[in-house]
Amino acid sequence: MSALNVGAKARNADMAARRWPADLSEVPYWVFQDEDVYRAEQKNVFHGQMWNYLCLEAELAEPGDFCATFIGEQPVLVTRDHDGEIYAFENRCAHRGSLLAMEHYGHAQNFTCVYHAWTYNLQGDLTGVAFEDGIGGKGGMGTDFCKAAHSPRRLRLANVHGLIFGSLNNDVPEIEEYLGQEILDCIERLLGGRKPVVLGRYTQGLPNNWKLYVENVKDSYHASILHLFFTTFGLNKLNQKGGIIVSPNGAHHVSWSAINRDAENREYYKDQGIRSDAEYQLEDPSLVDSFSEVGDDVTLQILSVAPGFVLQQIQNSIAVRQVLPTGVDSTDLHWTLLGFEDDTEDQQLIRLKQSNLVGSAGYVSMEDGAIGGFVQRGIAGASSEFATVQMGGKDAVSSESRVTEASIRGFWKFYRDAMGFAIEEDK
Amino acid sequence: MSVDAFTLISRAQGSYVRAIDDGPIEDWPEHFTDDAFYTVTTADNHRRGLPAGVIWANNKAMLRDRISALKEANIYEPHAYRHLLGQPAILSEEGDTVACETSFLVIRITGNGPTDIFASGRYLDEYVLGHGTALLKQRVVVCDSSRTDTLLVLPL
Ligand code: FES
Ligand SMILES: [Fe+2]
Repeated sequence: MSALNVGAKARNADMAARRWPADLSEVPYWVFQDEDVYRAEQKNVFHGQMWNYLCLEAELAEPGDFCATFIGEQPVLVTRDHDGEIYAFENRCAHRGSLLAMEHYGHAQNFTCVYHAWTYNLQGDLTGVAFEDGIGGKGGMGTDFCKAAHSPRRLRLANVHGLIFGSLNNDVPEIEEYLGQEILDCIERLLGGRKPVVLGRYTQGLPNNWKLYVENVKDSYHASILHLFFTTFGLNKLNQKGGIIVSPNGAHHVSWSAINRDAENREYYKDQGIRSDAEYQLEDPSLVDSFSEVGDDVTLQILSVAPGFVLQQIQNSIAVRQVLPTGVDSTDLHWTLLGFEDDTEDQQLIRLKQSNLVGSAGYVSMEDGAIGGFVQRGIAGASSEFATVQMGGKDAVSSESRVTEASIRGFWKFYRDAMGFAIEEDK
Repeated sequence: MSVDAFTLISRAQGSYVRAIDDGPIEDWPEHFTDDAFYTVTTADNHRRGLPAGVIWANNKAMLRDRISALKEANIYEPHAYRHLLGQPAILSEEGDTVACETSFLVIRITGNGPTDIFASGRYLDEYVLGHGTALLKQRVVVCDSSRTDTLLVLPL
């Protein structure tokens, strides 16, 4: 057994020896701080029984298009081959481990490793070894070397309405089962039958553990408290209805709100409850002019899929976010802003204006970039203390109220099982 | 190249960075025409012709809204910028309209603490020259990197 295997085994045993409260409303702070936990997550979470978001099918429009992304910290390549199918495999040369592709989004007919020029086709099969037969009968690979036995590992893939998910785990359930019907329905609501178009991309570096961002996304409680943009400028929509959905396994969630047609009259798309008595007003309130995104009254749908994927509708700002850990206290958040192929010019203009609501400079989301860092710094020295997430009870089920932390509890339920912690007896 | 355009633009750029770095920040939108286009994007988006970036505005009112939001609504740790600009490269002059490009480096000082390189890139500009003034009709801020640390609230 290699030293590395011994290390991994020891870490798993170490995780099983860690005690996690049975009460879902207690979250020990060490989970955001511990280097061993971070290492174990790579295997137990990102390479555990999970589907990881990789990219959009629309980003691989042509044969030869590829995307170099990550599952946790591990680099992977997603490609479209000439048979029209999408493939994904480790972005690691089978020879001595160099990256095969470095561009985030690119186009290639094959991948040639820069180090010793081993070549792979778009499906990740090793097709060429430089000087395989040596030169002049000298050198070269042994006769027992078989290229077919030396290819990067291939990922299992799933395509959910144009979202490509991948896994290196053979035991992960089918994606439909993994997500559950309600999550599938909400993805379909936004993306079903539509052709997304990438409007722009950027990465936001977060000074915190990746799980603090995941908690933030699932936290429907903070929205109107931390984010004051809508309130300050009197843009709060009146009489809204909404709720949260927690998937049966706890892992995924949707937070949504909609215009309440019973309580409001006409005209609300144009003038969504803009209060004239707000102290401050936007000089250009056309920022919040909206159209019905898919013909219904839902104006907000934040959907997360564990471990680190978010699909967002905030009015007509549609985006996907990929949460990638880069260290115990650093995370990269990849934003991809979307429109759709049949958007009119006016609709695209609205999407561009509303792009100001989200992202690193987003009026209603910039705070989320900083809050994780405030927590990370706040909990320094408190690794034996616990966060308390009791808003809306102690279980992890769907609710009509958004003043709840139920979807956060759901995430921890799913996470602690994946990590294999010892669950403490109820007190 | 006329020396006048270069001087007017240099003067305008000095005033622009002063408004952001030393204030008052309310002066920042006044460096633009009413129908100005301002966006902060990444070199990658720019190269691919993707229209959306980190900030997108197609009039001066939206720029003023940026300032009132950062003063009245958004929550962030106090910080300041120090802009270092290269010389403007004048690319073309047609009537009173000048196209030019300027490189920038922005250093961010968080509270009293860390001094970090926050952004580098170039301004792709269109200036309109008036009587002794140069106003931005278009500023496309192309950041070299696609990655922003934590958040971007003060403009670039
Ligand atoms: S490491 Fe790739 S060819 Fe040697
Ligand atoms: Fe938030």
